[in-house]
Amino acid sequence: MKTINNVKKLLLAALMLPLMSVANEGMHLDKAPVDASNHESLQRGARTFVNYCLNCHSANYMRYNRLLEIGLTEKQIKDNLLFAGEKVGDTMKVAMNKKEAAKWLGAAPPDLSVEVRARGADWVYSYLRGFYRDSSRPTGWNNTVFDKVGMPHVLYGLQGEQELDHETHELKLVKPGSLSAEEYDVLVGDLTNFMAYMAEPAKQQRNQLGCFVLLFLSVLLVLTYKLKKAYWKDVH
Amino acid sequence: MTDKNKSKLCSVMNDTINWVDARFPLTSNIKAHLTEYYAPKNFNFWYFFGSLALLVLVLQIVTGIFLTMHYKPDADLAFGSVEYIMRDVPWGWLIRYMHSTGASMFFVVVYLHMFRGLIYGSYRNPRELIWLFGVAIFLALMGEAFFGYLLPWGQMSYWGAQVIVNLFSAIPFIGPDVSEWLRGDYLVSDATLNRFFAFHVIALPFVLAGLVVAHLIALHEVGSNNPDGVEIKKVKDKVTGIPLDGIPFHPYYTVKDLVGVAAFLMVFSAIIFFAPEMGGYFLEANNFVPADPLKTPAHIAPVWYFTPYYSILRAVPPILNSQFPGVAAMGLSVVAFAFLPWLDRSPVKSIRQRGALYKRWLAAFVVSFLVLGYLGTVPSNVWGQFGAWLGGADRATVVARIFTVVYFLFFILMPWYTKKDKTKPVPERVTG
Repeated sequence: MKTINNVKKLLLAALMLPLMSVANEGMHLDKAPVDASNHESLQRGARTFVNYCLNCHSANYMRYNRLLEIGLTEKQIKDNLLFAGEKVGDTMKVAMNKKEAAKWLGAAPPDLSVEVRARGADWVYSYLRGFYRDSSRPTGWNNTVFDKVGMPHVLYGLQGEQELDHETHELKLVKPGSLSAEEYDVLVGDLTNFMAYMAEPAKQQRNQLGCFVLLFLSVLLVLTYKLKKAYWKDVH
Repeated sequence: MTDKNKSKLCSVMNDTINWVDARFPLTSNIKAHLTEYYAPKNFNFWYFFGSLALLVLVLQIVTGIFLTMHYKPDADLAFGSVEYIMRDVPWGWLIRYMHSTGASMFFVVVYLHMFRGLIYGSYRNPRELIWLFGVAIFLALMGEAFFGYLLPWGQMSYWGAQVIVNLFSAIPFIGPDVSEWLRGDYLVSDATLNRFFAFHVIALPFVLAGLVVAHLIALHEVGSNNPDGVEIKKVKDKVTGIPLDGIPFHPYYTVKDLVGVAAFLMVFSAIIFFAPEMGGYFLEANNFVPADPLKTPAHIAPVWYFTPYYSILRAVPPILNSQFPGVAAMGLSVVAFAFLPWLDRSPVKSIRQRGALYKRWLAAFVVSFLVLGYLGTVPSNVWGQFGAWLGGADRATVVARIFTVVYFLFFILMPWYTKKDKTKPVPERVTG
């Protein structure tokens, strides 16, 4: 029996093995302020996403009317977020032609529906704060978490321009944008929060339902255990 | 309901059952497999996993049916149709997570079920065929999981399939033709996706169901083993002929297995509702990037349940510029389980009567399985390199090689160490 107990311990230890990190080992990522219950943040993030990202990046699996879930009304969606001719039941398509985009930028901008699930929210948050001036790049921009990135810094009017100190690997704001550093962080945090929500809109429902399911199952566990005990009374 | 009505209802039910029994062996089958199938009364924790494997099989089939109603096996549409299921199909996310979590949990319960067989000698005479059917189920399950993993058409789906199918090209002479024949194209493509879909939703589930039936028929023919390795059929009641240490499967083990089901569903639900990606082990981050034949991911790793064998594949160095030895070793590491009934020469079945020698080898095997499993999930340079004295070899590769040898020695040396091992006498009756 002792061996079996040891084996059980080993099995448990295997379950506790350090879980794989998503990717980009060794790179420092900042913690993204993700909070799916903060509807105001999600709404601000949706506005930033539609205004800045959706010109080049699609979110082909995300429907506009899903935003009703984060507290927007159909009228608000129609008036503020839809492009001409779109319906609220449409997905977030992009007008830019993929082939031409690839010609201009080196690679077609990827669909962002599930970007946060592929890269992680922290990566997206750090990426959006990690642009710096680099004259050796065709766009004039480079990024601390995505070296030699093809995308130029779309939000530079808001953030301003950063430069990278190659000795300390720290970014320094050399030309301020229209937002202060704190305001920019909030904007990018909201945007990341929205992208995290968009990557899995059912997540909140999943977590809430999960509590009830586990509660139900724990009652079921007790009942089945009592039932077993009752049936096994005569087994010696 | 009055007593009169009650007795009338009873007689209608009896008539119906009699009518069926005259045409189909209903009552006799219920007796043979449930109410008069006598199982040893001393099953412990390890005996939950057989019924749980059956439960997961049913869950996978049912959720799979609903997924096929919305999934599109088309290279242009597959990735999007999965996201459509996750977002627009009512409860689609739940069905999909049940299926993706079910795949991993299937291997969890099957590995634990196999380990039970290992420690209590359930593969020994007269249960060799049960074991062989079981190994066949395991192989079919691996195929089922592999084909299914291509369907979401993400980067890992695509490149995982590419790597595995390419393994077949390492077979001498016929290899390249075989892998092209499997893919139906020169690289993994729409044609591959279509045929993998066919294998995943009809061919292999059909084989699996048939093998499970055979596994159970064989089991009920010879009766279950137990933690003491005692044959309960040796000591029977002189009048009734019922084994003294046996209890009817129904209701005793049906109610006991229900406890296991409830506990299992708690673990299962905790994963589905709170960690469906399981930290990247059940759903890999890279699989949320659509398949791109032009962009090879930096690190391709199979899902966790294949990693011990994948480690063995990587550990074996190419010989004469051929990858075939590695591929052969990987295949052998899976098939090796089938030989256990004839490799084990111990006079006893259960670990409870085995000596220290066997226990040490079993522990070494479990450790190598886990270490190889871990190493298969990470790049081979994860622990850096040895110095020049070892030719600058990857540390992880050297460790994987050592444990690959241990893994195979467990099987190869088994006839020797099981015979030499000091065993205790098998008790007359089960010890409870």
